Amino acid sequence: MRRRLLVVGLGLVFVATYAAAQVGSQSGADKRRSGYRDMGEALQKMQDDDTANPGMLFVQLGSQLWAKPAGVANKSCADCHGADAASMKGVATRYPAIPAGSDRPLDLEGRINLCRTQHQSADPLPPENLDLLALAAFVAHQSRGLPIAPPADPRLEAFRQQGEEIYRRRQGQLNLSCAICHDDNAGKKLAGIVIPEAHPTGYPIYRLEWQALGSLKRRLRNCMVGIRAEAWPLDAPEYTALELYLMERAKGLKLETPAVRP
Amino acid sequence: MSNILVNAPKTAKRGDVVEIKALIMHPMETGFRPGPNGRIIPRNIIERFTATWNGAEIFAMDMSPAIAANPFVSFFAQANESGTVVLRWTGDEGFAAEHRVDITVA
Ligand code: HEC
Ligand code: HEC
Repeated sequence: MRRRLLVVGLGLVFVATYAAAQVGSQSGADKRRSGYRDMGEALQKMQDDDTANPGMLFVQLGSQLWAKPAGVANKSCADCHGADAASMKGVATRYPAIPAGSDRPLDLEGRINLCRTQHQSADPLPPENLDLLALAAFVAHQSRGLPIAPPADPRLEAFRQQGEEIYRRRQGQLNLSCAICHDDNAGKKLAGIVIPEAHPTGYPIYRLEWQALGSLKRRLRNCMVGIRAEAWPLDAPEYTALELYLMERAKGLKLETPAVRP
Repeated sequence: MSNILVNAPKTAKRGDVVEIKALIMHPMETGFRPGPNGRIIPRNIIERFTATWNGAEIFAMDMSPAIAANPFVSFFAQANESGTVVLRWTGDEGFAAEHRVDITVA
């Protein structure tokens, strides 16, 4: 009897601490801001309205491609993953990840291309290709509103650390690190633009400056060009390393795909 | 195939002013940019957007370069009778797209 009380007691303590931690992460304690919160009200409304958010056009295109057979195998994504794509719910919250039989992480676009080569016997789509972005937007859209949840895979740690090292390294002719802008000066203004905290919550995004949908890679390249650093080639593993670090840093924030950004 | 998203009410009260919002995928090439070979890339834009309600034009708009790729248009119309609203986009390189919505007016 006493033992049972003790167990129940411990259980209650656990429930109490857990509840406190939950509340803590929702109120005050968590000060992280998605780039969404740094935008004006008009752009927030544009993102929130599915018939005003241009990103939704690409999600629609993605849903058409999802059902379209491709490659020598003549199979569609829907043939294996289901017509309604319910199986894709939550997937984008845990990418980049290491696919079975490999030891290197892939971002979501890379994973989609792996399905093209491995399962559809089709050529991989080149980076920033419209169909690839549309498929990624469609897949990530299935996770809209879900918290970013990087996988616990210990093999990812080394890549994530490489990403953090890049994030903190000064580079380019302006000799700045990502951290100087996005940690130390986030919320302040740079040439009239609020510097966001660089959380990858909405990718692929519809960026008004691009007048197009673009990947996180493209966004990162913009920042690198901004500090006059030489951007890595589009297939460089550095982008995935940085994304792994950024996703860990944004853990728990909700996915917004397709986000609108200025 | 054109990708179009339209937001219009399915029903309206006679005399109500309703808002119709339309978004269409289109790349917009301004006609001012030189391509990799140094020559100007030919202009490719949507030139005109029209809306008819049971055949009668209720809204029309000419577009020019630099409005937007994937343009979003929102306009208002008075709901006088049940019927079909036809939205039409036309532009360079023979671009033509159409979307229909039925609105029941009671
Ligand atoms: C012939 C069957 C087949 C086709 C076609 C196919 N896939 Fe896959 N897909 C798979 C298998 C098998 C996996 C691996 C599942 C696992 O590792 O648990 C997978 C994994 C994935 C994942 C990662 C899921 C996760 O939980 O991490 C994504 C995203 C994905 N596919 C997207 C696509 C898209 C987009 C297409 C169409 C372009 C496509 N797939 C076509 C079989 C297929
Ligand atoms: C000189 C300051 C500066 C540096 C250095 C910089 N950025 Fe940025 N970054 C910005 C600004 C400003 C924006 C927002 C641009 C806008 O809204 O037009 C931005 C946007 C971003 C975003 C988009 C956030 C969102 O809401 O979608 C990400 C991600 C990002 N940066 C990552 C990085 C990374 C990683 C590095 C280092 C390789 C880096 N940035 C270096 C200033 C900087």
